[in-house]
Amino acid sequence: MSDQQYRVILAKLGLDGHDRGIKVVARILRDAGMEVIYLGLRQTTASIIAAAEEEDADAIGLSMHNAGHLTLGPKMMEAISDAGLKIPLIIGGIVPDEDIAELEKIGIAAILGPGASAEEVAATVRDAISARD
Amino acid sequence: MSHSDNSIPQLFEQTLSGERRSLGKLLSIIEKGGEPADDVAGLAHQKAGNTHVIGITGAPGSGKSTLTGRLIENISKIGKKPAVLAVDPSSPLTGGAILGDRIRMDDLAGEGSFIRSMATRGHSGGLALAVPAAIQLFDAAQYNPVIIETVGVGQVEVDVAGTADTTVVVVTPGMGDAVQANKAGLLEVADIFVVNKSDRPGANDTRRDLDLMLDLGHLSGLEEKTGYRPPIIMANSLEGEGAEEILTAIESHASHLAESGSFQIRQEQRTLMEIQNRLELLIGSVSKDALQSESGKLIISEVLDRSISPSEAAKSIASSIIKDFT
Ligand SMILES: Nc1nc2c(ncn2[C@@H]2O[C@H](COP(=O)(O)OP(=O)(O)OP(=O)(O)O)[C@@H](O)[C@H]2O)c(=O)[nH]1
Ligand SMILES: [Mg+2]
Repeated sequence: MSDQQYRVILAKLGLDGHDRGIKVVARILRDAGMEVIYLGLRQTTASIIAAAEEEDADAIGLSMHNAGHLTLGPKMMEAISDAGLKIPLIIGGIVPDEDIAELEKIGIAAILGPGASAEEVAATVRDAISARD
Repeated sequence: MSHSDNSIPQLFEQTLSGERRSLGKLLSIIEKGGEPADDVAGLAHQKAGNTHVIGITGAPGSGKSTLTGRLIENISKIGKKPAVLAVDPSSPLTGGAILGDRIRMDDLAGEGSFIRSMATRGHSGGLALAVPAAIQLFDAAQYNPVIIETVGVGQVEVDVAGTADTTVVVVTPGMGDAVQANKAGLLEVADIFVVNKSDRPGANDTRRDLDLMLDLGHLSGLEEKTGYRPPIIMANSLEGEGAEEILTAIESHASHLAESGSFQIRQEQRTLMEIQNRLELLIGSVSKDALQSESGKLIISEVLDRSISPSEAAKSIASSIIKDFT
């Protein structure tokens, strides 16, 4: 077991109610040796920040489905920086190419589309964390 | 993530003054083990000794987290600050884990409460050291009560919940659930039984089974001294039914403990167990080192060529270890 055990918060912001994708990601990260703190659906930025602090998370993964990324992504980034947390935010979901640059510009560490393989998902999260260490 | 300005004493000071993030970081240090973890545990120990520790255990999926959520909801309402340590197993294959307990608690947790998920991480003795240290850290930070949720399978998990001041064992209606709990050694550690999911058929049968087992079982030390018998409480944690009754039962158990002097005894038992766990781990690692040293290898070769027996070898190594210590 590695000395450095990454802890990742996984959550879904807002009202949208599918958790299939995020559950798959949870299993991928567990199988890659990470500890996933699973918050599930209908979280708020405040509940995610509180969990990240209490759990001393190394990263936050947000799943989004209904084109919320351009409003919710920046909102979550703002909450993270307001809290003074220095951990990467990774967004999973369907994000059109033209929006990706926009999200990266505001500091979102990575965006994972629905086609990402298990290896890609795990490597993206790991790289995002080690880039901040 | 560690920053150089975040020394352990500094994080500890901040934790005492109510900074949740510092507490979160210290809990991670405790989980990683080694010298830094011992340092945190040492600091916490000096300030601890005021909280009531509640263990909640039972079969997987019996509703422990949902119930814990209801308990902290009620505890927060009366202005207290509860902390929860929710322990889940790590995957033995990858060392990873999905920690899903707080999903059942988050909505119910009051402002002042603190929830931490902990994976067992599989390394020997890790949990046995990390849990008491985490409890004392919560205690030092003035969280009260501290609730530990563990799955009631595995000796360490049962011990961890079973050495709490008050241990709540959760069972559910269904064929032989009470019998299963008996087999897992859960009945012996129970101070309070909760028949959760009492909205389901068979809840009354489960209650009766438990009652029968209590009739057949030995009198506990506490029962002899104060007439305390573990109550059986029906709960539907989806609706929050039973939570208040459970909290009242916890209080009444606490006063029986105090009356009979058992509170003191439990604290002593817990302390003894903590020292013993640490001692065994320490001795384990020292013996491993001794075996791998030059003189250790020499002794092994003497056993191999049959000039001394394995037990003579062990005694000889043990006496050299003792010399090193004194
Ligand atoms: N019908 C009914 N369902 C319940 C009750 N309490 C919990 N549940 C459900 O039982 C399932 C498991 O609940 P949890 O609280 O996660 O159980 P747990 O014992 O913490 O589970 P593990 O930590 O995985 O061992 C969930 O789907 C809950 O909604 C109850 O009183 N009645
Ligand atoms: Mg649970």
